Amino acid sequence: MERDGENLTGEPRGRVLVAKLGLDGHDRGVRVVARLLRDAGFEVIYTGLRQTPERVVAAAIDEDVDVIGLSMLSGAHLALVPPVLERLRSEGSDIPVVVGGIIPERDVPVLGEAGVRAVLAPGAAVDEIVAVMDDAVASRARHSAAGQ
Amino acid sequence: MAEPSDTPFETMSGIPMEGVYRPDDAERPSTYPDTRGPYASMSRSKVWTMRMFAGFGTAIDTNARFKDLLANGGDGLSTAFDLPTLMGRDSDDELSLGEVGRCGVAVDTLADMTDLFSGIDLGATTTSMTINSPAASVFAMFIAAAEQAGTSRASLGGTLQNDILKEYQAQKEFVFPPRPSMRLVRDTMRFCAAEMPRWHAISVSGYHIREAGSTAAQELAFTLANGFAYVELGLAAGLAIDEFAPRLSFFFNAHVDFFEEIAKYRAARRIWARWMKDRYGAQLERSMTLRFHTQTAGVSLTAQQPEVNIVRTAIEALAGVLGGTQSLHTNSMDETLALPTEKSARIALRTQQVIANESRVTNVADPLGGSWYVEALTDEMEAQAEAIFARIAEFGGGSLLDGVIEGIEAGWFQGEIADSAYELERKLNDRRHVIVGVNAFTEGNDEPQPETLYIDHEIEVMQRKRLAAVKADRDDAAVVATLERLRRDAADPEVNLMPPLIEASRAHATLGEMMATMGEEFGLWNETARI
Repeated sequence: MERDGENLTGEPRGRVLVAKLGLDGHDRGVRVVARLLRDAGFEVIYTGLRQTPERVVAAAIDEDVDVIGLSMLSGAHLALVPPVLERLRSEGSDIPVVVGGIIPERDVPVLGEAGVRAVLAPGAAVDEIVAVMDDAVASRARHSAAGQ
Repeated sequence: MAEPSDTPFETMSGIPMEGVYRPDDAERPSTYPDTRGPYASMSRSKVWTMRMFAGFGTAIDTNARFKDLLANGGDGLSTAFDLPTLMGRDSDDELSLGEVGRCGVAVDTLADMTDLFSGIDLGATTTSMTINSPAASVFAMFIAAAEQAGTSRASLGGTLQNDILKEYQAQKEFVFPPRPSMRLVRDTMRFCAAEMPRWHAISVSGYHIREAGSTAAQELAFTLANGFAYVELGLAAGLAIDEFAPRLSFFFNAHVDFFEEIAKYRAARRIWARWMKDRYGAQLERSMTLRFHTQTAGVSLTAQQPEVNIVRTAIEALAGVLGGTQSLHTNSMDETLALPTEKSARIALRTQQVIANESRVTNVADPLGGSWYVEALTDEMEAQAEAIFARIAEFGGGSLLDGVIEGIEAGWFQGEIADSAYELERKLNDRRHVIVGVNAFTEGNDEPQPETLYIDHEIEVMQRKRLAAVKADRDDAAVVATLERLRRDAADPEVNLMPPLIEASRAHATLGEMMATMGEEFGLWNETARI
């Protein structure tokens, strides 16, 4: 696992865990997004390839991240993403989950119902990605504040 | 089979065409160093093979798509396997959940391989199989299936991708560490040299390197460096250069920068011919000739306004053709969304047919040869590639084989590719690089997506049942015995593993069983995660 991007000006914009779930090894997208987020001031932790839902959740809780970003290109999103959210719930965690990659439109609401906060489509601009991540980080901060 | 539309060769308006144009003292096609193409008349005498990559669901589903492609004028098969198969795992493996039959066809045992090619004469068509880490095992199943159907292995023609090096560098479908993986590649090379004269044991592939984010020059240089590594592997295994070099083939990307791509193919042929002759001592012309398959760039396609992808693919396909490709796959417009529908796959094939039959670009070999721009770009590609070879040779103390493996183990290739991908992304973000529908001309982006192919989860359930039935039916003692032989042979690096793999295939050992057995000897590879 590689950790990177402590913001030079001090506090990071948020801690993000990015992960590839399943057997797919196409990591261009996840690595480009990881670098974009790092350059935008997030602290980014990348799990590497071939993660299971259990491993992703364990790493996210262990690293106390503000948001999880999952890269899915293989079509296995409906089988692999909902277990991440179930696992988070069973661990009592409210870390928001964002999915990026190849997700057919018809599956977007299904992922939404499973608890995914946002789905980023191919070609999403850096501003959009950063805005979604900022929003996810803020939602958790609000949620945590409300809970205290 | 598509034929050029008119003989004698003339323009649409009746101007006669020569087969090639050149000043008296200039290079001709089919003469060393082959910059202008491997054959004297190029597409005039034989149009490239329209080889469309296909595979999804069960073997029976893909068999139907193969027959459809052949009936529609496609003339070679190209098999896409699902992710579990590409990773050497069975459909009932825990990690295969949700992936069975999704990105390609699921093949667990000989029974699936038999269904996949049922009713297709494998001695009459050529078959390409895109498989790498488990290539030797899947190849063994293919040979066993063909022989069971009455086709001898010597009459089988086709290509095994079997390019493990680019998996570590780019596509990341690795299982075993680089060195034992290269032993399996060596075994397939030896086996083909001895028993399968019509088979290409390795398709050295730049496609995935480019898709992962490299530049054109990096694609060219990394791919040819990998090719040199396989040559050195064959030589170290005691094969003579002219015994196996004619059976190495290549696979390049066709991206959307039209002239740069054409220059890349021309430089590839020239570099290969020079290195094979000067460095590796090839005598046969066929050893010096670089032949390649092309696929249009999946990564150039957009989810926005997907119909526009037809245009991108046409430009890319034309670059491949003018660059002298021997076979071509054109991507379908909906491939950023899902596997292609039958209709979009047909349009992609029709794109090639328009180029082959209507445009008349096929009537003259290397029509861009002599263009000041294209010749200068070709020279520049060659110079940049040579600088990269020098770097890799340095890693390996003069050996390209060692240099490539060292570069992989140090993460050098992976880092270079990731840097180039990020650089292009930054250009896209500040609009120094324009993609229509993505960062410009976005009107129309809110239209609904076209209907895409939907792979039902039921396929996974069916495939698991099928695997369970095969396992229930087979002779368990034979499975155990053949796997035991495989384990024993794997422990001795001098033994060729193809015969025990064919034997295990015949006993209906699963792909996962064969891979796990070898994995016990070879160990598993994992890369260090880097951003």
